[in-house]
Amino acid sequence: MAHGPATLADGWRAYISRWVFTTNHKDIGTLYLWFSFAMFLMGGAFAMVIRAELFQPGMQLIRPEFFNQMTTMHGLVMVFGAIMPAFVGLANWMIPLMIGAPDMALPRMNNLSFWILPFAFAILTSTLFMEGGGPNFGWTFYAPLSTTYAPESVNFFIFAIHIMGASSIMGSINIIATVMNMRAPGMTYMKMPLFVWTWVITAFLLVAVMPVLAGAVTMMLMDINFGTSFFDAAGGGDPVLFQHVFWFFGHPEVYIIILPAFGVVSQIIPTFSRKPLFGYSSMVYATAAIAFLSFVVWAHHMFTVGMPIAGELYFMYATMLIAVPTGVKVFNWITTMYKGSLTFETPMLFSIAFVILFTFGGFTGLMLSIAAADMQYHDTYFVVAHFHYVMVAGAVFSGTAAIYYWLPKWCGKMYNETMGQVQFWVAFIGFNIAFMPQHFLGLAGMPRRYADYGLQFADWNMVSSIGAFIYGGAQIMLLYNVIATIRNGKPTTEEKTWEGAEGLEWTVPSPAPYHTFAKPPEFK
Amino acid sequence: MSTDASNRRVVVKSLFGAAGMFAFAIFVLPPMYDLFCEITGLGGKTGDEYTAVDVRVDTSREVRVRFVASNNASMPWVFKPTQDSVVVHPGEPTEITYFAHNVTDEDMVSQAIPSLVPNNVADYFHKTECFCFENQPLAAGDQADLKLVFIIDPDLPAGVNSVTLSYTIFDITDRVADPIAQL
Repeated sequence: MAHGPATLADGWRAYISRWVFTTNHKDIGTLYLWFSFAMFLMGGAFAMVIRAELFQPGMQLIRPEFFNQMTTMHGLVMVFGAIMPAFVGLANWMIPLMIGAPDMALPRMNNLSFWILPFAFAILTSTLFMEGGGPNFGWTFYAPLSTTYAPESVNFFIFAIHIMGASSIMGSINIIATVMNMRAPGMTYMKMPLFVWTWVITAFLLVAVMPVLAGAVTMMLMDINFGTSFFDAAGGGDPVLFQHVFWFFGHPEVYIIILPAFGVVSQIIPTFSRKPLFGYSSMVYATAAIAFLSFVVWAHHMFTVGMPIAGELYFMYATMLIAVPTGVKVFNWITTMYKGSLTFETPMLFSIAFVILFTFGGFTGLMLSIAAADMQYHDTYFVVAHFHYVMVAGAVFSGTAAIYYWLPKWCGKMYNETMGQVQFWVAFIGFNIAFMPQHFLGLAGMPRRYADYGLQFADWNMVSSIGAFIYGGAQIMLLYNVIATIRNGKPTTEEKTWEGAEGLEWTVPSPAPYHTFAKPPEFK
Repeated sequence: MSTDASNRRVVVKSLFGAAGMFAFAIFVLPPMYDLFCEITGLGGKTGDEYTAVDVRVDTSREVRVRFVASNNASMPWVFKPTQDSVVVHPGEPTEITYFAHNVTDEDMVSQAIPSLVPNNVADYFHKTECFCFENQPLAAGDQADLKLVFIIDPDLPAGVNSVTLSYTIFDITDRVADPIAQL
């Protein structure tokens, strides 16, 4: 035990203790990544249930009550269980390596922030087996659906959200402290890798808005159990207040999900273009601008509640303003590739797909931001298609790119390039077959969150379901690729896995030793 | 300054920030929202007691006022308006009543909460007398006609021809210190 971490050879007791009590940023990063992948598969299984039921009109497989629980749990698990912990895992692994720190600033808090997460999701998932079922009010849990009309299990849901919030806040404080205090000598803020920049901005967003979510569920808890009337119109409250509080959290939340994805892509595209990132400082300022604007646009999610016209116009223009810094980023990525010596390894394929599909999702977002047009699009499958283009083709594609990109550094083995590229094409094609038709369904008027639909929507729903099954299969391939790499991948010991890669993480051996940068590295 | 000390500073500041945002969500946002609704007249909440100042009655205009009543989930009383609607001229004080009947074997106290649609007319609906300004105690089995006098403001926006006033009745017996003394 004196040297390095316990392995299975030291006995299972020592091995389990290592993971439970670990304060090593790489161990905790690994835990986060595996946990989020498990949640990703679970949320994906819920999505498969949804798409199987929607394969044909009419009710075939499940009851509508269960369908509602599936849509709700799919959203909650994917947002809070899959995407957010996946990027926290990447942050844990990569930020200390990228800034030349020996570990995260607060290792024990790091351990705590991970290990409360499995409990939160055990509580949340257990509600599915309770009398009355799990949460069935949509992942946005609007009152009074989630208060007056909620199943009994809602209190477990509220408690689970509290734990997730505590975990995120601790994780963020850790990242902020690490980046502020542990950078290698010579690494000024404007020399940090962009992934570090996007994460530190994300961490500030998390510290600011996760407590607002905690406040929203606390008010729900009091309305349900302690006789207050925050959201109950009958008692002098207002259900619309819930929507304001929720989206005051919820809109920054979507940038919490996407900003680290921007960071990942900003690392990968320069590597495979063999050029430095174009417009580094504009990328930093654009990220900060997006983060700032995310606080002042929340009501564009609720154009249909009956806002005064001045409010609709303000939120419409403010929302459109976000397209400007986002456009800066997209143009910078394209300009980085322009006249570069491009090669198309799997991480690069996922990153380019990210740029294309995320931009597409951004444009449908612009359509939705038009208050007058939103009256038609609101709560239709057009919205579902829009946010899956930005969340899946955005966050999940960039997360997948990150896995392929840093996997050789993590485990010292190279993935099989052919298998990686096959997985990319299956994912890319499956994704577009699944979600492109949902735009058509939404424009034709199909509402979201229903277990059944009119016959006129039948064909595109079948196409969408087939695409969803293909995309689901692509994730099993990803799991296979990762396990096959860890077990049988071609060993690679080069420090610099990728020819064009830059940064401190490529100056340590592969696989990265358990302890790195015990002495701060030289950084010019 | 050592790294440990700077880390501690970051943790303390961030935790203060997080706690502040939590307090902001629970203690500041709801009152701010109420204030915003009150200023803009959105949200359908009617104002407090109004002292009539202007007796100008606009006989050229007729506005239909509809009355709705509902019970909070746990409230067993019979509660309904004695007339479904009235047609009034703006500026003219009108008296109507709601009927309440405590059908239980216990003395109870209720509170009625008003709401008005369309939601941009709340500022133009004045109540000079209303049972809703205070709570309504009823002994077991008792019934009462609850009085409401209102004036529609002559400045009511053109185009508004009908207004719906709704009351929801709540059981607040547990919240009143001495329910019997209320009777």
